[in-house]
Amino acid sequence: MDLTIGPIAFFWSAEQVRAFYQMLASTPVQRVVIGEWVCSKRLPFWQHEIPAAVEALQAAGKEVALSTLTLITLKRERRQTAGLFASDLPVEIADLGALQHLPKGAPFWVGPTVNVYNEGTLEWLAAKGARRICLPPELPLASVVQLARAGRQAGVAVEVWGHGRAPLAISGRCYHARLHDRAKDNCQFVCAEDPDGRLVETLEGQPFLTVNGVQTLSHAHMTAAPHAAALREAGISALRLSPQQDNFDDIINIYAQILESGLPAPDALSDLRRILPGTVFAQGFLDAQPGATPCP
Amino acid sequence: MMELVCPAGTPAALRAAVDAGAHTVYCGFADETNARNFPGLNFSREEMAQGIAYAHARGAKVLIAINTFPRAGDQALWHRAVSDAAGLDADAVILADPGLIAHAAQTHPHLRLHLSVQAAAANPDAINFHARTFGIRRVVLPRVLSVEEITAINREIDIETEVFVFGGLCVMAEGRCSLSSYATGLSPNMNGVCSPASHVAYADTGGNHEARLGEFLIHRTPKGMPVPYPTLCKGCFTSPGDGSSQTGHIFEDPVSLDATRLIPALQKAGVTALKIEGRQRSRAYVAQVVRAFRAAVEAADQGAPMPEGLLARLTEGQAATTGAYAKTWR
Repeated sequence: MDLTIGPIAFFWSAEQVRAFYQMLASTPVQRVVIGEWVCSKRLPFWQHEIPAAVEALQAAGKEVALSTLTLITLKRERRQTAGLFASDLPVEIADLGALQHLPKGAPFWVGPTVNVYNEGTLEWLAAKGARRICLPPELPLASVVQLARAGRQAGVAVEVWGHGRAPLAISGRCYHARLHDRAKDNCQFVCAEDPDGRLVETLEGQPFLTVNGVQTLSHAHMTAAPHAAALREAGISALRLSPQQDNFDDIINIYAQILESGLPAPDALSDLRRILPGTVFAQGFLDAQPGATPCP
Repeated sequence: MMELVCPAGTPAALRAAVDAGAHTVYCGFADETNARNFPGLNFSREEMAQGIAYAHARGAKVLIAINTFPRAGDQALWHRAVSDAAGLDADAVILADPGLIAHAAQTHPHLRLHLSVQAAAANPDAINFHARTFGIRRVVLPRVLSVEEITAINREIDIETEVFVFGGLCVMAEGRCSLSSYATGLSPNMNGVCSPASHVAYADTGGNHEARLGEFLIHRTPKGMPVPYPTLCKGCFTSPGDGSSQTGHIFEDPVSLDATRLIPALQKAGVTALKIEGRQRSRAYVAQVVRAFRAAVEAADQGAPMPEGLLARLTEGQAATTGAYAKTWR
């Protein structure tokens, strides 16, 4: 089992993106998915950083794939999606409709926002050329085990959401803009003010969700650390870590220690809590509980 | 005339919808295979056979929704639902899961396939992909699109489109939402339920009514005011922020969809069928809504204005919205 870094969910500046991928080059991760995952309006601000980031990561021996958007609706978004398949890199689809642009026989990856809930869908994707699938975060361990087995038989590497705020929903409406009493077309890029997303809490002040433009994430950081041994035994190929602002290199190192030296789950959790004070960790989904159920 | 596609959660509602003028009724089997898997709802195989016979005898069609995502290791339940639907002479099945669609297309090549809104096919590429790959004949469009976007989609695709015009409103792309399972462990995709009643708790505290979903407070209203059902995305929350702190319905107000006045625009946009949400609704509600909408599609067909105040009684006390259709989301 190794580590994959997912696309950056949030609206970071070009400088932040550059520094992030330079940092990643020297970390013990095997592969990185790059691209605008949430809102096409953000892309012009940082897409010029992608070639240099890809080059630096490949020079450091990492596999790199390009991500599509999670919800593709506009014409320019469809053109941009088609353009991704023209590169030499594998494309990770985040919206099933992207397959309409897949060159015949081209291999591709599948991200966690595509609904792969069962063997039938996994096998169908494998027959289309899928080589790597990150399962939806809401799946329980029992399903993960079945899908890992199906993946082995179909020659598909199966990943599980390993760390970070989980993508829970995507909408045609921008909630960041709505929080500033604006509509999406006049958003003035307010999501840039919240580089780890914006907190939504209940009327009792209980942290609940995270708004990130058109995307809604969990407030809790979902972590597969407590299940690492079970996932390895199931034959899961990689844990996916989702980029966040603070201490990401330290986060990677903790997961690397879990995988390489079998760092026990309680130690891994206390290390994570030490470097990310105040962070709520949860992994109810794998336990077939409410996803928000906190880690012990 | 645009086709009117109406919900039926029970055999009685099916008969009521047909009698009230539904061109088509959609329903599901009484298990996890459909996205309205509520206690006491839906059809046994025998009830489905009788319902289909009743509809067909009166010139109406029946569509069977098998639109949850099969559970790994348990696909046989969903496969059986598809083969039973074909055997019962359903006019089409409404599916969302690619693996299940592939299975249906292969094992029942003559069964008409509709793409469920749960498949979230939101652009011509996604729709054409499903049409080309599986022979899908109709797509139910997600409720995240404007009328302009629907018009543009219809220009680029060859299959029929069906859109929701009345009833519950999802503000998230359907079939791609795990908010419910984050709070309760049960989701539309896996269990066919959203914000399920089994996880709802009401309480009176300190002069307020409170409604919770799982451990999360979703609504709090002063005593004497009705407390809405705690559907997660319609809840009242706070988002703290420097100078932009907001308390309110961060995602959507507790509203339902009413696109009645957009029916002529939707017809012009090339939409084939109008869909009414509400398989969980009573027979009386279904009959009333179907009658009103039948009058509306007949008026649209003749280029007459939409009958005013058609559904005022049904939406009374509850705000209605035209959702994404009127482009206010952009």
